[in-house]
Amino acid sequence: MTSGSRLEKILAKGIFAVTSECGPPRGADPEVIRKKGMLIKDSVDAINVTDNQTSVVRMSSLSSCVILKQMGADPVLQMVTRDRNRIAIQSDILGAAALGLNNILCLSGDHQKFGDHAKAKNVYDLDSIHLIQTVKQMRDEGKFLGGDEIKGVPRLFIGAAANPFADPFEFRVIRLAKKVAAGAQFIQTQCIYNLDRFKRWMELVRARGLHEKVYLLGGVTPLKSLGMANYMKKMVPGMDVPDEIITRLKGVPKEKQAEEGIKICVETIQQLKEIEGVKGVHIMAIEWEEMVPRIVKEAGLLPRPQVE
Amino acid sequence: MIIGKGKPIPTILKMIENHTKIIVAGCRGCVTVCSAGGEKEVGILSTALALAREKEGKPVEIREVTLERQCDPEYLETIRGFADEYEAIVSIACGAGVQFMAEKYRQIPVYPGIDTNFIGVTERQGVWTERCQACGDCKLHLTGGICPISRCAKSLFNGPCGGSSKGKCEVNPEIDCGWQLIYDRLKELNKLDQLEVIIPINDWSTSRDGGPRKIIREDLML
Amino acid sequence: MRLSYPTNIKIIQVPCTGKVDVLYLLKAFQYGADGVYVAGCMEGDCHFLTGNLRARKRVEYAKKILEEVGIGGERLEMYNLSSAQGPRFVEIATEMTERIKKLGPNPIKAFRAPSVENNKTILISEEKNR
Repeated sequence: MTSGSRLEKILAKGIFAVTSECGPPRGADPEVIRKKGMLIKDSVDAINVTDNQTSVVRMSSLSSCVILKQMGADPVLQMVTRDRNRIAIQSDILGAAALGLNNILCLSGDHQKFGDHAKAKNVYDLDSIHLIQTVKQMRDEGKFLGGDEIKGVPRLFIGAAANPFADPFEFRVIRLAKKVAAGAQFIQTQCIYNLDRFKRWMELVRARGLHEKVYLLGGVTPLKSLGMANYMKKMVPGMDVPDEIITRLKGVPKEKQAEEGIKICVETIQQLKEIEGVKGVHIMAIEWEEMVPRIVKEAGLLPRPQVE
Repeated sequence: MIIGKGKPIPTILKMIENHTKIIVAGCRGCVTVCSAGGEKEVGILSTALALAREKEGKPVEIREVTLERQCDPEYLETIRGFADEYEAIVSIACGAGVQFMAEKYRQIPVYPGIDTNFIGVTERQGVWTERCQACGDCKLHLTGGICPISRCAKSLFNGPCGGSSKGKCEVNPEIDCGWQLIYDRLKELNKLDQLEVIIPINDWSTSRDGGPRKIIREDLML
Repeated sequence: MRLSYPTNIKIIQVPCTGKVDVLYLLKAFQYGADGVYVAGCMEGDCHFLTGNLRARKRVEYAKKILEEVGIGGERLEMYNLSSAQGPRFVEIATEMTERIKKLGPNPIKAFRAPSVENNKTILISEEKNR
């Protein structure tokens, strides 16, 4: 046990894990996080909080995670390297551990061009792999990057992201291997709509034995409408929405599309349960958190087990 | 070479609005090659400024001069003989040239007539692209001759982010994904195994982050 | 053909409009021209292959500068015609003269000494078009 977090314990026991995420508010109101937390905390093992996602300024992931922790949830701190240098990063890692957070997801972060502050300087002192190495070094060697000893070592369960659908296809597994070599213990993938492509990627993952070195959670996002599906297909880089999904949503009247989206999501989770090497699911229901309990239930994953 | 582009003429007119006698100084170095500050551009800028000012009824006298370079003291001396007859200098050399001109001619305001953009190459006539960020610690041997700092929008050291799509960067579909280029090149060189090695956390102290830089070659100093 | 065209046009012959530089176009206005047009061969027929294409790009660039400095981009234009098109030559000359008459004299002349001649349009033309 490197951190003792609920997520780590569940994965270590071989139970198919369920995680989800919360987007923090664009303001200082903690109630927004509390409400979202209340909706999902009993249906999942851990809750991610995004870090200024798409470079849009939001309440910090760290503070939102603390609010969720106070409610009894197991938060996953998402940290991007776009906005902080190694000094701030190590400082925040110490702070996170001091406030009782036990999971961290290490990311590079979307370029600031996407957000509401396109004129900002970007930092990228470290990339996501360096961030993984940093957390690992702090935890396992008890040393800062500069070499000095840490008094009060942070114990965090280290995660990273993987995108089986971005280019170049052949490189994606190499990048995953590097993240594992750097110290990643769990992986959450980009949301999956193209199961065939995902299965092919998993073959490459298994060929390298990576499925036994890291806990892989497949990402899913329920589609609210045909419009959303089309948007994701055309406008989001690194996303693969096959034509069959579009066709399927086109085939139902507009007011029934959300229902169909939930159905597709549940079916995807059920398929993920059967793929060798997939140890859990990560449900990203952006601004639709109220659906998470239903999705988890219909996928046959309720109730979530209690671990001490 | 250093690539720049002329500032908008209204911007330059604002800089010289209170002057009636100026020098427009070009440079035969990099800015000539990228058609931003050479002899031809000196002529065009001077004529444009003169037309604009004459139209307002406030003519300006312009001395056109193109120096060999503005980054070496010997060449800046070539205008010493007449510089003090003028009220200001608009330099269309790169930022280094403008600053050096200002250092050598402390009594005359020196204004920048171009924006200096990057260290880059000519892809073809009229198209220049960035290649180097002068990080001070070249790693091109690790990445097939393609720089991850300057050609990846996020300066990632270990492979593309999740936004790389069809070989293009998520920031701008007209920009190649630097890591796709690195991958393709290493594939051609049969060195894909190099990609499995983690390139370590960078020492940025040799780049701009470490403070203004200086190189001294004792062997060349008299 | 012995067709007549407006008398206010001064023709400058060049071996190919590709010789025309942005600087000459601007200088013409500085010397007091009220309008300038460049007459080149039909696109695709340039004896030097791309001379007239370069001229077009330069004319567009110079038009932008003239607009920025308040002289007006409409005072400069590029036309394409073949040396056999006598009537077209007259048509262009007339069209441009009318346009410049409407626009009035070059604005810099308001402040200059009256010795500078008014209402001059300069034509820079490929030699054969005469």
